[in-house]
Amino acid sequence: MLSLTILQGAVLLTSTLVVVALILNIWRMLRGPDITDRILALDTLYINSIALIILLGLYNGSALYFEGALLIAMLGFVSTAALCKYLLRGDIIE
Amino acid sequence: MNLLWIPLLPLLGTLVPLLSYRFGRTATAALTALLPAISLILVVQAIPAVFAGEALTWQASWIPQIGLNLAFHLDGLALLFSLLILGIGLLVILYARYYLSDNDHMGRFYSYLILFMTAMLGVVLSNNLLQLWFFWELTSISSFLLISFWSHKTDARKGARMALTITGAGGLALLGALILIGQTVGSYDLRTVLASGDVLRESAVYPVIIVLFLLGAFTKSAQFPFHFWLPHAMAAPTPVSAYLHSATMVKAGVFLLARFYPVLADTDLWFVIVSMVGLATLLLGAYTALFKHDLKGLLAYSTISHLGLITLLFGLDTELAAIAAVFHIINHAVFKASLFMAAGIIDHESGSRDMRQLNGLWKYMPYTATLAMVAAASMAGVPLLNGFLSKEMLFAETLHQATLGSLSWLIPLLATIGGALAVAYSLRFIHDVFFNGEPINLPRTPHEPPRYMRVPVEILVVLCLLVGIVPDFAVGDLLNAAASAVLHKPLPDFSLAVWHGFNGPLLMSLLAVAGGATLYYNRRHLFAFQGQFADFDAKIEFEKGIQWTTEKAAVIHRWLDNASLQRYVFLLIIFSLFVTAWPLLQLENAQGSRPQLPVNGIVLVAAGLLIIGTLATVIFSHLRLLALIMISIVGLIVAIAFAYFSAPDLALTQLSVEVATIILFLLALYFLPQKTPLRDSSPRRIVRDLSIASLVGAVIGTLCYAMLTRPLHSISEFFIANSKTGGGGTNVVNVILVDFRGFDTLGEITVLAIAGLGIYKLLAGMRLYVPAADSEGRPWAKDKNPMMLALISQSLLPLALLVSAYIFLRGHNMPGGGFIAGLITAIALIQQYIAHGVAWMKIRLNFPYHWLIAAGLLLATFSGLGSWLFDQPFLTTWFDYFSLPWIGKFELASAMVFDLGVYFTVIGATLLILANLGQLTTSERPLPGGK
Repeated sequence: MLSLTILQGAVLLTSTLVVVALILNIWRMLRGPDITDRILALDTLYINSIALIILLGLYNGSALYFEGALLIAMLGFVSTAALCKYLLRGDIIE
Repeated sequence: MNLLWIPLLPLLGTLVPLLSYRFGRTATAALTALLPAISLILVVQAIPAVFAGEALTWQASWIPQIGLNLAFHLDGLALLFSLLILGIGLLVILYARYYLSDNDHMGRFYSYLILFMTAMLGVVLSNNLLQLWFFWELTSISSFLLISFWSHKTDARKGARMALTITGAGGLALLGALILIGQTVGSYDLRTVLASGDVLRESAVYPVIIVLFLLGAFTKSAQFPFHFWLPHAMAAPTPVSAYLHSATMVKAGVFLLARFYPVLADTDLWFVIVSMVGLATLLLGAYTALFKHDLKGLLAYSTISHLGLITLLFGLDTELAAIAAVFHIINHAVFKASLFMAAGIIDHESGSRDMRQLNGLWKYMPYTATLAMVAAASMAGVPLLNGFLSKEMLFAETLHQATLGSLSWLIPLLATIGGALAVAYSLRFIHDVFFNGEPINLPRTPHEPPRYMRVPVEILVVLCLLVGIVPDFAVGDLLNAAASAVLHKPLPDFSLAVWHGFNGPLLMSLLAVAGGATLYYNRRHLFAFQGQFADFDAKIEFEKGIQWTTEKAAVIHRWLDNASLQRYVFLLIIFSLFVTAWPLLQLENAQGSRPQLPVNGIVLVAAGLLIIGTLATVIFSHLRLLALIMISIVGLIVAIAFAYFSAPDLALTQLSVEVATIILFLLALYFLPQKTPLRDSSPRRIVRDLSIASLVGAVIGTLCYAMLTRPLHSISEFFIANSKTGGGGTNVVNVILVDFRGFDTLGEITVLAIAGLGIYKLLAGMRLYVPAADSEGRPWAKDKNPMMLALISQSLLPLALLVSAYIFLRGHNMPGGGFIAGLITAIALIQQYIAHGVAWMKIRLNFPYHWLIAAGLLLATFSGLGSWLFDQPFLTTWFDYFSLPWIGKFELASAMVFDLGVYFTVIGATLLILANLGQLTTSERPLPGGK
């Protein structure tokens, strides 16, 4: 029983910290100042979301959320890469 | 014999002239005539049975749900009309062979003509009301094609348009009448309807039925006040006029009167309307015909007048009048067809139809003149010709009716005047054209036509004489059969003798002849009197009306469809706002009875981030790339929310769609200006749009809140209960997609495929402006494909494919499925395009994505069709459990094949769109030829 409470407590604490991180990501995204800062902020937002989803799974004791995290990990990279390619070349497929 | 062949052969025959016109004119005519001739033989074969009182029927189920069967029947009336349509049709084919010039496209002409013939046969043979209407409309359309055959002429186009508008509008009214009849009787079967006269006459909607029905019949048969389209339809080639305005098109209206006579007639309403309209048309047509200088114009108004006569007969309250009407249908068809053909010959051989120029043609074409004079005499109602007999019957019946109470004596008087006018215009036709001095300024010297051009006229004139001299022998049985079908009961006694002794009708005939001769002799005064009236041209008035309507429609169209996307969205949103807000106004309290879920800090923060993301998108909307980054926040948070509220399938879908959307936006942004030019919207517009947006947000938010806080019985219980047992999967979402609602999914992937192909087509051959520098004016980087990106992307590909295979395979039981897996695969491949470029991909992945789409759709469809092999309905799922060593127990389901189809279609469509949009700037871009 006790261990469960500890896990839950840990998950709640971590979640709070991740949420704070999310707020900071948004802050960077709004502030900029450069477009690269904002893209980086979006990418970090993706990574923090992965953490949030995994934590959600831990909290609920369900493995159903893991694929969501997997997809964000994989596809978040694609959108960040596409945005960066756009900054570099404008034409992302050439 | 199969009744279906009678209309089917001509229908097939519409193709014959199109295929055969290369082989010369005679061959075309002969081949075209072949199938209708066989049809005629089939009809003739049926004559003994029909005369014996039998009605042949044939029926097949078509759309039984709406009472529409493919049903034909051949009774006396249908037999009479089929003989006229096919018989005169064949003569017209022969005649047109000589009438059409080398410049006319003979194949097209014959094809239209046979199509029209099919439509008419369909009308008279139909045993189902809806089917009858279908063929009725086909006559309108095919006659439009025929009238506008010389489409280079304004007259022809306008005349055809007028005919189509009037008869089309009438057809709409008729549809209303037929549906009302069908609903009142409870069946669209004609035999059933014909047996339910009392039900119809006593029903409350009877007056509505009558008015709509008569609108249909009167517009088609050119009855007053809808008669004006017929003279303008004379712009058609003369064979068309000979066919349409003698035996067929205009007779469709009186056919309808005859067909429904047993059920709709027999009330005062019917008799008053029908007889009065008929009488007015009879007089107006005959009077106007007298003043027409154009030969075909005279015949057109004479046709109107004779149709009025037939209508009048149907409106007189006696059984004999109905018989006389049927008799006159035959007679008029015969003599009017021959007269139109004669007029065509005169026009063809002399180059004019104007009776002020045509004089004294007797000397040039005595043989044709004799034929035309006999036919014209029949039109006038001269004894020993067929026109005389039916006119006598009319006169006799007008003496025995009481339609107008104590004023009923007016009807015989007016009928006699009509007769006198007919005599006068027939005299004018004969005297002005064939005698009356010498021709004036004719373009050609008139001469006799080719031998076989005259044959159809000869046959018809012989018929005039035959019916006129020995009526009982010539048409007695046919008339009996047709009239008993019209009356739907045993016929009263009547005699078709030429001589009935000195009696009232004969006296009226004599008066008519004398009066007509006097009128014609004094025509100068009459013309002078008529000359005082201003010319009324129906075409001009009609065109005015049409143009007024078009203008008003254009105004409305311009207002609604002004090519402004903002306007469309505005209208759409305003409309949906009204639709959704209205029920909310009726709702007392938005909050329902369900308890609310607990709120925690994480949810609050996520909601806050969602709002910030939305606001930032609006604020940065001028800077497009920035707006795109901001809206990504919204997509991500929504996906997490889906996961949090236990919808993992939705979360996965949302995530993959999100990425595909970003790539699509980036591809498109490249071709757009980097910034919206900062010409801000006017403050008024901002206030307006802001208010609308807030209002919509408030309404939709309230709606969601109201819905979510109420306990609703949804259909999800059923799916949850049956998912495993019925569909063999524990993931309800996926089982719904591939099984319960598999047909919807099939439709959706088809739409996706069409959208993909449509976008491909739009992209083909497109050339766009390519910016040389970014929004800050910096030149683009030199390195096309950075090595780091290329390496990481390449190593990501197998991983991504593995994930997509995993997501696909487990989809039936766990979150996932073909759609998400397809998107993941497509995105992983697009990533290779981004990292390595098109040329690199072309070497490694060189096949058209169209095939992938096609394969996907076929796979999905065949997996559905497969269930037919086991006598199951479309898309029934089969599944079973197997076990293999090492792998253990696993499930195989036919739904998996369907899901594989979805998977392929999604990959194909996504790649077709994204890759081709990306290739626009490369040498691999899609070309207009579809290469």
